Amino acid sequence: MSDERKTPLYDLHCELGARMVPFAGFAMPVQYSSIVTEHKAVREQAGLFDVSHMGQIHFQGPEALACVERLITCPVASMAHGQVRYGLLCNDAGGVVDDVTVYRVADDHFFLCVNAANIEKDEAWIRAHCPDEAGVNNRSDELGLLALQGPQSPAILASLTDFDLDSLRRYRFAEAKVKGVPVLISRTGYTGSDGFELYVDASDSADLFGALLNAGEPHGLIPAGLGARDTLRLEAAMPLYGHELDDERSPLAAGLDRFIKLKAGGFIGAEAVTSAKEQGLDSSLVGFELLDKGVARADYAVEKDGQEVGRVTSGAPSPALGKSIGLAYVAKGLSEPGTELDVIVRGRALRAKVVTTPFL
Amino acid sequence: MADYTIPDDLRYSEDDEWTRTDGDIVEIGVTDYAQDQLGDIVFVELPEVGASFEQGAPFGVIESVKAVSDLYAPVSGTITQVNDSLVDNPEQVNEDCYQSGWIVKIQCSNSAELGELLDAATYSSSVTDRTS
Repeated sequence: MSDERKTPLYDLHCELGARMVPFAGFAMPVQYSSIVTEHKAVREQAGLFDVSHMGQIHFQGPEALACVERLITCPVASMAHGQVRYGLLCNDAGGVVDDVTVYRVADDHFFLCVNAANIEKDEAWIRAHCPDEAGVNNRSDELGLLALQGPQSPAILASLTDFDLDSLRRYRFAEAKVKGVPVLISRTGYTGSDGFELYVDASDSADLFGALLNAGEPHGLIPAGLGARDTLRLEAAMPLYGHELDDERSPLAAGLDRFIKLKAGGFIGAEAVTSAKEQGLDSSLVGFELLDKGVARADYAVEKDGQEVGRVTSGAPSPALGKSIGLAYVAKGLSEPGTELDVIVRGRALRAKVVTTPFL
Repeated sequence: MADYTIPDDLRYSEDDEWTRTDGDIVEIGVTDYAQDQLGDIVFVELPEVGASFEQGAPFGVIESVKAVSDLYAPVSGTITQVNDSLVDNPEQVNEDCYQSGWIVKIQCSNSAELGELLDAATYSSSVTDRTS
């Protein structure tokens, strides 16, 4: 693991018994106890994730708003201070450079939270499309990011801060002190459960992680790794870059229309995305559940009547549902819920059925 | 580092399987170390009774939430019995890998291969080498 970068929490993860794996160039905890245990803790009580590998690219200056508006598919000028939106960076061909959350800190100050695997690609893309006056600053190495997720999250965080968390709605953020540490508290997450993402100076992140674990213990909080993060986001049918999204595929195929300002346009890739919509997409992303026993995994073929009609992009057993679920791109006409398909697992056709998403 | 249970009365393969031999019938499962490394077992693909496998050949598949792993025949032979209860309760492999989590029984066709299996002390040091 010597080639991987470590987050400031690396030693703490090891002390907590985490199994560390390489992910996007970082050594990250995939699990501490068990993926299923951690998954259920997030759904029923709370789980604490280190996601410091994710990147933060700030924009501050007179051209910040205009640049972010042009880079991102969601509307930006209409955002309030303290608001978060999900959006995409598209390329000129209408593919996806990255999927991100946009934070508006002030009139002239925004930041994007970006996928760890894409930090360098995003920064290069952004710098190529922004003048100096946009004040682009990649702060990924300076900032830690913890995700406190699950229904007990508000009670746990409230025990460490005077800030009124009830006033913080979904997709809003505020700066506050948590156990004396300055934190940007964002009511967002990647699990489908209520919770917070906490941006903190990298040097404070281990102390904050420890304080949260202690405060959360009576509430059933346990540390959770990337394994549970993946099964949780899959149940919520949230896309994962590199699986459901990539540089080539249209975000419309992933069903992300509501995060794209198609009418207003004005973002990089708008013409290509609009043209793809007018021409009609030849495939779309669907959720499915397996009717036979087994696990459908990324890249497995999807067939209909013996003909390949698509590929699985993500798949896992769902701890909440007790069955195997997945996401797949399938040919036009096969996306209606109830449509029966086959997933080919080691040469055998397992029966699957298209279902509505999110799965829960 | 976790302490793994490695019973003295079993023999082991380098692929982290245990064997319990009774005459020419060899009962096979995965070790405590293997189940811990795999994590939550969610599916076991069992072979057909009567199927034959050469030593080292994949005879089945074990899947955890994150990973798919082949099961390798520690000795050559023919499957005489499979643990059907794993179809509905694959988590038995995590909970009780040496008893109710057994996977198959093979009638060994080459008794010389039994002598190639590792004793508990040798297997234990192999696990230690990999975890230290």
